[in-house]
Amino acid sequence: MSGPVKDTSVSSEQGAISWFDLVKDLIGTAILTMLILTPIVTFKTTMNQGVLFIEDRWVQSLLLTAAVVIGRLLLHLFVWHKPPSTAAAKPVVAKAPLSESLAKYVAPAMLAIAIVLPFVLHQVPSWDKRGIDFMITILIYIMLGWGLNIVVGLAGLLDLGYVAFYAVGAYAYALLSTIYLPLWFGPGVVPWAFYIILPISGLLAATWGVILGFPVLRLRGDYLAIVTLAFGEMIRLVLINWFSFTNGPQGINVPKPTFFGLPFKDEPGGFAAFFGIPHDRIYSYIFLYYVILVLALITYFATNRLRRLPIGRAWEALREDEVACRSLGINTTTTKLTAFAIGAMFGGFAGCFFAARQGFVSPESFVYIESAMILAIVVLGGLGSQIGIVFSAIVIMGAFELFREFGAMGHAVQDGLMYVLPDAVVSGIGSLFTGTFGALYGLLPDAMRNSLAGATTGMDPIQFRMLAVGLAMVLMMRFRPRGLVTRRQPTVFLKERKSVSSDLVAEGHG
Amino acid sequence: MQDWSKDPELRVQHLTMRFGGLTAIGDLSFDAGRKQITALIGPNGAGKTTVFNCITGFYKPTEGMINLRHADGTEFMLERMDDYIITQKAKVARTFQNIRLFSGMTLLENLMVAQHNMLMKASSYTIGGIFGSGKFKRAENEALERCKYWLNKVNLMDRADDPAGDLPYGAQRRLEIARAMCTGPRLLCLDEPAAGLNPRESDELNKLLLSIRDDHNMAILLIEHDMSVVMGISDHIVVLDYGRKIADGTPAQIKVDPAVIRAYLGVEEDEDPGENIVVAAAPAKVAKVSVPRVVVQKRVAKKPVVKKGGRK
Amino acid sequence: MEYFLQQLINGLTLGSIYGLIAIGYTMVYGIIGMINFAHGDVFMVGSVVSFIVILGLGITGGSGSFMIILALALVVIIAMLIASVYNWTIERVAYRPLRGSFRLAPLISAIGMSIVLQEFVRIAQEGRPKPIQAVITGKHELLHRLTEGGEFIVTISNMQILIIISTLALMAIFTMIIQRTSLGRAQRACEQDQKMASLLGIDVDRTISITFILGAALAAFAGMMFFLYYNVTDFFIGFLAGIKAFTAAVLGGIGSIPGAMLGGMVIGLIEVMWSAYFSVEYKDVAAFTVLVIVLIFMPQGLLGKPEVEKV
Ligand SMILES: Nc1ncnc2c1ncn2[C@@H]1O[C@H](COP(=O)(O)OP(=O)(O)OP(=O)(O)O)[C@@H](O)[C@H]1O
Ligand SMILES: [Mg+2]
Repeated sequence: MSGPVKDTSVSSEQGAISWFDLVKDLIGTAILTMLILTPIVTFKTTMNQGVLFIEDRWVQSLLLTAAVVIGRLLLHLFVWHKPPSTAAAKPVVAKAPLSESLAKYVAPAMLAIAIVLPFVLHQVPSWDKRGIDFMITILIYIMLGWGLNIVVGLAGLLDLGYVAFYAVGAYAYALLSTIYLPLWFGPGVVPWAFYIILPISGLLAATWGVILGFPVLRLRGDYLAIVTLAFGEMIRLVLINWFSFTNGPQGINVPKPTFFGLPFKDEPGGFAAFFGIPHDRIYSYIFLYYVILVLALITYFATNRLRRLPIGRAWEALREDEVACRSLGINTTTTKLTAFAIGAMFGGFAGCFFAARQGFVSPESFVYIESAMILAIVVLGGLGSQIGIVFSAIVIMGAFELFREFGAMGHAVQDGLMYVLPDAVVSGIGSLFTGTFGALYGLLPDAMRNSLAGATTGMDPIQFRMLAVGLAMVLMMRFRPRGLVTRRQPTVFLKERKSVSSDLVAEGHG
Repeated sequence: MQDWSKDPELRVQHLTMRFGGLTAIGDLSFDAGRKQITALIGPNGAGKTTVFNCITGFYKPTEGMINLRHADGTEFMLERMDDYIITQKAKVARTFQNIRLFSGMTLLENLMVAQHNMLMKASSYTIGGIFGSGKFKRAENEALERCKYWLNKVNLMDRADDPAGDLPYGAQRRLEIARAMCTGPRLLCLDEPAAGLNPRESDELNKLLLSIRDDHNMAILLIEHDMSVVMGISDHIVVLDYGRKIADGTPAQIKVDPAVIRAYLGVEEDEDPGENIVVAAAPAKVAKVSVPRVVVQKRVAKKPVVKKGGRK
Repeated sequence: MEYFLQQLINGLTLGSIYGLIAIGYTMVYGIIGMINFAHGDVFMVGSVVSFIVILGLGITGGSGSFMIILALALVVIIAMLIASVYNWTIERVAYRPLRGSFRLAPLISAIGMSIVLQEFVRIAQEGRPKPIQAVITGKHELLHRLTEGGEFIVTISNMQILIIISTLALMAIFTMIIQRTSLGRAQRACEQDQKMASLLGIDVDRTISITFILGAALAAFAGMMFFLYYNVTDFFIGFLAGIKAFTAAVLGGIGSIPGAMLGGMVIGLIEVMWSAYFSVEYKDVAAFTVLVIVLIFMPQGLLGKPEVEKV
């Protein structure tokens, strides 16, 4: 086929590419890239005092095109047409699974790290609250990932509306804690609201899981995906529009959780006063951290336990072959429903925690993109693998946060390094970096330097984070569709537990 | 009256199944005796698998009745029941023509899944199981014992902890039979269990099936193209062609039945007569039915592309 | 009655747009059995590109009608070209390498692609909606009646006429292509059995590429019409329109092109009628509800063929 071929079929088996083909390919790439970039990147439409006008950005699009062409050239030279010997050596390394003996120690080690982490972060000045808060976010996503993993990873049902259950949990907390609990039991109950509502929110979410799941679980894979997506959006739209009940887009302010009745406030009955220590907001963060850690661990152990019970085995069997399940007398509808409901329940717990931690809920937190993110975490982790989800949540949320906290993170790393390294080393590294980039920048011609400066102003890295998530999803499917952890642990064994390669594990009908 | 009709385990009456314009089974009636092996044979596309699918509830027959009566007198009208209920309540188990194992799960797990209903009840529908109730532990041990028994029986004990997808073909077939047996059935339906087995393996299969019939007092319904298996072990043979029954009798009767000979040997002798006499007849049949086939078989998942010698 | 007629016209207009997008879903689903999640966003790209070109050409409702026609012809061509390039590239980069990979892979890749397209346009063009003065103006009164209840007028705008007529024309051309040309035959062959088709000398890759290109061209046309109809566009229109068009495709019977068009009309009508008679806020909820109900009670759709799961 002529034209630019973006395809791995140009693989290492073929020898060197001829110059003519290479040039043809690169020209094709350039034309294609220009076509893609020209209207949308080159002609930027901006609104100025109510009038739209076009501002052209040829430099940017030409630079981008050049980058793409050079990238492709490099791929041609170094990746796609490598001599066979090196190409043959590589895959063996790449395919080696996470060493199993190592894996045995990974989980306890991570748990230990998770337990001591707040104290370590506490020591890092200027980043303690932020750091712990960030860890809380990661733990929420780990928990959501583990919850969704039951539905997608174990039962093999593709759910694109998982965030709906998260929303149910969050709004359950918001509405019960601000309106109904005080109404029914008097205002004295509010400090305890979190503890009372937490189980309720899980149950409510599970109920919604059953209500939404019942009609749709007969559907085949992609259909199920799109219907769950629609349900997720429907719940969000109702939250936005049912103003009298949910306060619409403005959201609801909710009380923060207390330490078993002791609020984290600088007041006589507060946490600090009770224990006779100076008030510090950090205690609230540490407390929340441990709450979500415990919730996540409950999710982890409960799922692990369920996997070893008949119901969990039926989920996995369902993912492997639904028809065979039915032939063995398994009621696939109820089996799917339980997976849906239990997954939803953990989502509801997480939502309740989320609301309590934010102190505020609004429909904006429950958009479809959230579902896609959680799904990305589960898939990158390796469908069905709980440990993998921890890694992928850290990687995805970490990268995500990196965009937001570029500056802050740099400082924190610097702070952290300062802590362990002598000053001179740190400043040495710093000047090395600025020196290199400065020198490179200085080499550029004037015009280009100006336009680069122009191109990058107003381009906040935070802008690019969802783009990066999207790209990551595409690339992941291309290069590591089975995720980080690609082995399945059997739930029962006679002589020894041998893990199963994911090449054999089915991905469910959805 | 033949002895299988006196007190049959399974009685199929006037069964008809249509797919659009295609009549896959037309007015089929037969009985399958208790503690007997009943073979269902016929050329490719005769409708044998469709009969199985009707019996096990995967298809709802267009017309007809399928009655199942256990030795203790309980009766079921299978044509009205859902597929999983048929296995659960009426105790019918089956295997599939294109093997359907849980290939990412180990052999042991495959057999444990088959005991789902029993274990579910014992775990008080998961609640008791979560807290590790004694009742559940006992049931689980019992289930494991049953797994071991069947693994030994099908000669796969040493591979118990390997993934089912790693097994060679013949072993997968045997595992599927073991898995079906773990559901505790009264009637076992096997769809071409000897397909792809070598002679030694199919000999072992014969012994296994006889033992299931005799030691476990089971009725077996068997679809098979391999005549050495069919003639060797079945008590009763039903022959289908184009969805209609053309003969019904003991192996000795079937061997000499002119209609069967016509259906099977209507075309010239096969190159390999001893092995599989069905193959010879197939091309002529397929040529006729292949027109509707193209129309109805839209995007069939996972079906082996060319499975029989007949389709060239 | 007049009110109903007016809503009928509005609904058919919107339905034409959904129908055009739905064809892309239905064709791709028919041929490779996946939901091209990014298709709604290709529609969005078509819409944004036509907005940029119109702005660049500087035509407004005040330009002479000859100029407008000329300019719009140019806009159509450019928007279709660019959207086709997008969809072609998407298929090459994100879907083709995943053929034969596990079942979830293309779907997740498509979700990723949809995010990429949205974010790409949002970053490059800023997130705010892009309004423009109406280019095609003027309307005709169909009915005018005075009663004691007030004045009832039923109108159809030139834009609505343009949308409905050009959609019908495109549909006709398109159906011809599918039914009469070798391309259409190749497509149907690939739908039935890709391996067999390639054995018979059909270039499966090329057929799939062309399917994506055709789908994108129709979506781009819909995008332009959408923009000219509402006089505003932004990076996010693809999401909702995409789901609704997919609903249309399912409603019509996935894989069936006339079905997609019919489904589009029905969805457009439902949405407009719901807004008119019940509540505007819940019009999307209504569309989603239709999706759920259709999938549950008649998954084969209006014009699709029922399938028995083969065991
Ligand atoms: N779900 C279905 N939809 C449409 N047609 C079907 C379906 N299932 C079976 N058929 C058709 O019914 C006929 C009988 O098929 P069946 O699978 O029962 O044959 P068989 O006797 O098992 O053949 P074989 O020896 O090849 O397994 C065939 O023409 C087949 O195409
Ligand atoms: Mg068969």
